[in-house]
Amino acid sequence: MTIDTTPDLEPASPTHASGSVFTSKSRLRAFFEAWPPLVLIALFWVGVIAVVVVGAKWIAPYDFMALDLRARLIPPVFMGGDWTHPLGTDELGRDVLSRLIVSIQISMVIAFLSTLIAAIVGVSLGFIAAYFRGRIEQVILMLIDAQAAMPFMIIALAVLAFLGSSLFLFTILMGFYGWERIARISRGLAISANERGYATAVRDLGATPFRIYSRHILPNIASTLIVSLTLNFPEVILLESGLSFLGLGVQPPMTSLGNMVGYGRDYIQSAPWIMLAPSAAIVLTTLSISILGDWMRDKFDPTLD
Amino acid sequence: MVQYLLMKIFRALVTVTLIVSAAFVVLRLSGDPAIIILGPEAPPEAFEAFRRNWGLDQPIWVQYFKYFAAVFQGDLGNSMRDGRSALVVVGERIPLTLAITLPALFIKLAIGLPAGVMAALYRNTWVDRLIMMLSVAGFTVPSFVLGLVLAMIFAVWLGWLPSGGSDTWAHAVLPTVTMGLVGAAVIARFTRSAMLEVLGQPYIRTASAKGLLWRDVVRNHALPNAAIPTLTIIGFLVGSLVAGAVVVESVFSWPGVGRLLVNAVANRDLAVVQVILLLVGLTMVGANLAVDILYGIVDPRLRIKRLQAGS
Amino acid sequence: MTDLLRVNDLKRHYEVHVPEGLFGRKASLKAVDGVSFSIEKGRTLGLVGESGCGKSTTAKLVLGLIPATSGTVEFAGTPVTARHDAQWRAMRRRMQMIYQDPLGALDRRLPVITQIAEPFEIHYAQMPAAERTDRAAVLMDSVGLRPDMAMRYPHELSGGQRQRVVIARALALEPDLLVCDEPVSALDVSIQAQVLNLLDDLRERTGFAALFISHDLKVVRQMSDQVAVMYLGRIVESGLPEEVFRRPQHPYTKALVSAIPTPARRGKRERIVLEGDPPSPVDVPSGCSFHTRCPIAQASCRNAVPQLVASGGHAVACHLVNAGATPAVQAAE
Repeated sequence: MTIDTTPDLEPASPTHASGSVFTSKSRLRAFFEAWPPLVLIALFWVGVIAVVVVGAKWIAPYDFMALDLRARLIPPVFMGGDWTHPLGTDELGRDVLSRLIVSIQISMVIAFLSTLIAAIVGVSLGFIAAYFRGRIEQVILMLIDAQAAMPFMIIALAVLAFLGSSLFLFTILMGFYGWERIARISRGLAISANERGYATAVRDLGATPFRIYSRHILPNIASTLIVSLTLNFPEVILLESGLSFLGLGVQPPMTSLGNMVGYGRDYIQSAPWIMLAPSAAIVLTTLSISILGDWMRDKFDPTLD
Repeated sequence: MVQYLLMKIFRALVTVTLIVSAAFVVLRLSGDPAIIILGPEAPPEAFEAFRRNWGLDQPIWVQYFKYFAAVFQGDLGNSMRDGRSALVVVGERIPLTLAITLPALFIKLAIGLPAGVMAALYRNTWVDRLIMMLSVAGFTVPSFVLGLVLAMIFAVWLGWLPSGGSDTWAHAVLPTVTMGLVGAAVIARFTRSAMLEVLGQPYIRTASAKGLLWRDVVRNHALPNAAIPTLTIIGFLVGSLVAGAVVVESVFSWPGVGRLLVNAVANRDLAVVQVILLLVGLTMVGANLAVDILYGIVDPRLRIKRLQAGS
Repeated sequence: MTDLLRVNDLKRHYEVHVPEGLFGRKASLKAVDGVSFSIEKGRTLGLVGESGCGKSTTAKLVLGLIPATSGTVEFAGTPVTARHDAQWRAMRRRMQMIYQDPLGALDRRLPVITQIAEPFEIHYAQMPAAERTDRAAVLMDSVGLRPDMAMRYPHELSGGQRQRVVIARALALEPDLLVCDEPVSALDVSIQAQVLNLLDDLRERTGFAALFISHDLKVVRQMSDQVAVMYLGRIVESGLPEEVFRRPQHPYTKALVSAIPTPARRGKRERIVLEGDPPSPVDVPSGCSFHTRCPIAQASCRNAVPQLVASGGHAVACHLVNAGATPAVQAAE
């Protein structure tokens, strides 16, 4: 397994290269074959994001809503600004770095909760379909097909139009993204688990269906589900930021990554950094998680589509 | 074949019914339909007429069927903003959306299909890696970011193209290219995996073991078979021509259906939203049905099943 | 002595679609086609036959795992149904099953002691966790598993050890009836005897009744108080093991017995080799279903289905035997 290779890194580092160069080199190579550099970078970035999400309150140098009308549209350090505002300020003099940190936090929390909801809805419906078979399964499959046939963006827009937007409703709505894929996967996995002996054997012991599915089938299919959830996560981020960009998702004074891009685009000419900073955050994050998801899939579950 | 077709058409009808029903349910959930469709400022006699017309005093299931009847007669209410029929308001935007989405579809196919095939044929070489890297990037860069970056480069810095509006054909270039690039990534990835699947099949090994030129194996055996699953994704893209334009039209202020939808949602112009929802639903279902029928024609396995079924 | 399990005219037919002609046709696959037997408390019935003869289906029907097409199963006076409701689950406390493939029957993500303790968790929810573990440890000891294997996962055990885990789990609730479906056929021959001896010991100690299913005559003979021979979904001969295997009456049983490689009898007994494979259970031959392969079949065998006729505890379903005219093969004995 991959974790076993980590201790091998020590002798591979140049300071310890006392033995044959050949072994060191091949160990280094083995390490990078197990952990491709791209994956390591992605892992690092996801770690940074996790720290930002957890510690946003302490990391952000300013209050993300604090106005400073004397310090409007200050460019970031690398575009002629200074370190008081490393990523510059926006049209109302708010610190872009602080806003970025809070935006990352909100976007990630929404994506995380939504993915959780999608997982719960999807797994439950998938299991129900696998358990009841027959007509109930047909109904669920039809719902899955209908959901898959409709671009989710349109459904989301329609619901937002009919019900209005609040952070709570918006998160629930995002939670319906991708449930159909998860339902399809968990149904398939549960059916094949049922055909395998262990589920039948536990049933024959007198276990309730709830016990069979929660205690035995779910842990057995968890790795595949986690991989597919990892691939769902960046898509939710994209959807959330898209809707917020259109001004229909997270509403001011709250901020999110898409929201920041949406308001920053008005200053694309005079202050592009307002828009570029959150754009980069979105791209790097979704890219990192996708790379990790693909890597995990290749590693743990080559059967997944 | 008839049976297969009938089943597909039945499923399509079921999906349409589901979409219309969902619209009905959400409509009822969100309050008094009279106010929602007509707007709160409509005159009282209009409410009266509307309630009588739609039978809102009747039991819910009667209303449900009446709603269906109204939908299929094209009676979908008026736009809250300018009072015209929502159907007309949406209809006049459709050509503008097609003006950018159809060329974009062409770009998607022209880049995506060959890129996917190349990646599969040169699997695990730098060609594959490069194409897949670009494809992953296409997946993970949101279209509004790509659009804005393109606008920044070509409109703000270079000044070659306008960044928004719809006055000349030049205005259409950036939105079309944005959509085309994002979609090409999707198609490339899908084509690659369809191709890889086919290339792993025993009949491909057999064909090349027979001594056929690899080029001929690819052309005569691999490509036709990989085309079948690729049809599905193309069908989805055709069906989502309107949906895919929502974000990009907004980025470039292109006055198509997508931008209309965003504005309608922001203003809660529900009649318009409902028309677009049904429009997208119907195109999706129609595209899926078309793909299913094409499958029936293209896929020899289905042809054989047909013979076996004896119909 | 009262019967613990009473099975009466049990049938299980499957609707199948046979690809034939232009439209195909519907046919019924008669996996089990009218089986009756009973097991007394603490006794073992061995069910023997070729693969595909309906032994395993019978096992599943007896436990109510799948619904019967017709016929009844009565366990301790209560009808066994296949509706998996609370009553059905409660009944599992008294009837348990041992599977052919122990690796498949175990959850590969749980340590074995957790799996052995699971029946307590299911049926005695109020039992403290410590007691459950203690009892599971006692069970492990009684099936000959070392205490240090408790935290191992199924794939870390050998085939025989896995089957011991399955046996311990099945016996956790001290069931009255244990159905063993080919319990040793997936194991190495050297391990088979150990597991069989273990089952025999446990039966003596705890006194469960058993339905013991195997295609291996020797195994069945060792384990059973009574045996029944199945062919194409029916019992063709039944009786005490010594009777059935020493003096087989039905030509099918004779063929099976003659196929046992026993060096001592070499030369004494001619091996009866059956022609061809058993017919598909979709197309069961008319009359006596064995007539297509029977060395002594006569034209009349095609007409009526032979009934199981008992004489002194030994029952045979063969027209010729029951008419008292079995000349041809008798000579071979």
